[in-house]
Amino acid sequence: MSKQIIVPFGPQHPVLPEPLHLDLVLEDETVVDVIPSIGYVHRGLEKLVEKREFTEYVFIAERICGICSYIHSNTYVSGVEQIMKIEVPERAQYLRTIWSEYSRLHSHLLWLGLFADGMGFESLFMNAWRLREHILDDMEATTGGRVIQGVCKVGGVRRDISPEKLDEMVKGLRTMEKELKGLTNVFLNDKSVASRLKGVGVLAKEDAYQLGAVGPTARGSGVGIDLRQTGYAAYDKINFSPVVETSGDCWARCAVRAKEMFSSVDIIEQCVKKIPDGPVDVKVTGTPNGEYFSRAEQPRGEVVHYIKGNGTKNLVRHRVRTPTFTNLPPLVKLLKGVELADVPVVVLTIDPCIGCAER
Amino acid sequence: MTFFEMTGTVIRSLLKKPATLMYPVKPGKKTRLSRGHVVIDKENCILCRSCQRKCPTGALCIDVKEKTWQIDRLRCVVCNACVEVCPTHCLTMDTQYTPPMTTRAGIWKTPVAGPKKKVAAAAAGESAQPVKE
Repeated sequence: MSKQIIVPFGPQHPVLPEPLHLDLVLEDETVVDVIPSIGYVHRGLEKLVEKREFTEYVFIAERICGICSYIHSNTYVSGVEQIMKIEVPERAQYLRTIWSEYSRLHSHLLWLGLFADGMGFESLFMNAWRLREHILDDMEATTGGRVIQGVCKVGGVRRDISPEKLDEMVKGLRTMEKELKGLTNVFLNDKSVASRLKGVGVLAKEDAYQLGAVGPTARGSGVGIDLRQTGYAAYDKINFSPVVETSGDCWARCAVRAKEMFSSVDIIEQCVKKIPDGPVDVKVTGTPNGEYFSRAEQPRGEVVHYIKGNGTKNLVRHRVRTPTFTNLPPLVKLLKGVELADVPVVVLTIDPCIGCAER
Repeated sequence: MTFFEMTGTVIRSLLKKPATLMYPVKPGKKTRLSRGHVVIDKENCILCRSCQRKCPTGALCIDVKEKTWQIDRLRCVVCNACVEVCPTHCLTMDTQYTPPMTTRAGIWKTPVAGPKKKVAAAAAGESAQPVKE
């Protein structure tokens, strides 16, 4: 047996955009054990809930993460609405769904780009981010912000989208879809990409279930969980099915994300067809008193916001369980047995977002 | 087949305009709703301090005695909350970002007109409230 050595990986690493630290225990070139550690970017945003009014805290909830920002605010807001028993207008629910899907599209394109960069496929990386720019432009035109939308509020949304703009958005997405097909074609069918991804970092279905994997990590292993099926916002009126792959390797997790983008485009189109007229917000009176677990599907998986109020304008407790945090145990399992050169690719496939895991 | 595809992509990339913009030499593309930075109309501010109370980061500081309105640009997260709450609509959102700074000087103070004579008493009474809390 050869000697074991420990190679530190991160928190600053060329391939990793996030401050995640892994101690890789190596035997020759093979990883035999992994010790993950986080805690480099803790900001104490949960504690801040005691200092800010529950209506103002939406802005802070949105800034938990810089990529899945919109869905964080959506989840927080829907939790507070459930406690206060506020009926949100249907148009606002549809708009929230549209922005959620836009957020998913931009996050997946960002991830595909970073993943291509991690594999060393630079031109694919730039193409993915060029397409992402269309999504961000639409976001800015409808909400005012590129990545921090600031459009959710307790009782509805701040901005409405005109019917002409909605049609224009769908038309833009349909044109983009052709380019998107060319892009995903490389990820799904290219020989060199497949040789880098297929059979690397396999997570069995039972392991994914037992270790609590969420989002594309779980769906890539054949566990068909998608929180959107619980029907929050307007998802209960939309017809869609979760994208599931069964092989459980890096390629499967990449394929889930690539195919989910087309399902997102489809959901947006359905929303635009079904969106009713009417107000986009209701007046909020009173303060939250009670507790609620609010769940939603982020691009990375299930996010849980626990919200507790005691009848004052400040909440007592706000706890967020982010998808990256739940995906760390599966990551440790995934990394055991892979080659050192494959570690960056495997780590990237769970789409780590440490900024949001540590808050 | 792959060879033709690659050649096509290369030729297209050579002929097309670049996908990026020479920012900040050319101004960034902005929409009507874009949130760039907050600007104040000095004449209409009545020093009611609604914006200061609504600011989630505490970037705004209003001095009623000195009649000044102050913003810390490095603290401001451009959330639009102050613009929405302003009763006289003297705060507006500019679509362009503030230029980058070379020193750590985000605080920007401006003297404002203050309340008109008629509402002066009411504004003074209102401004005393937060101190009591």
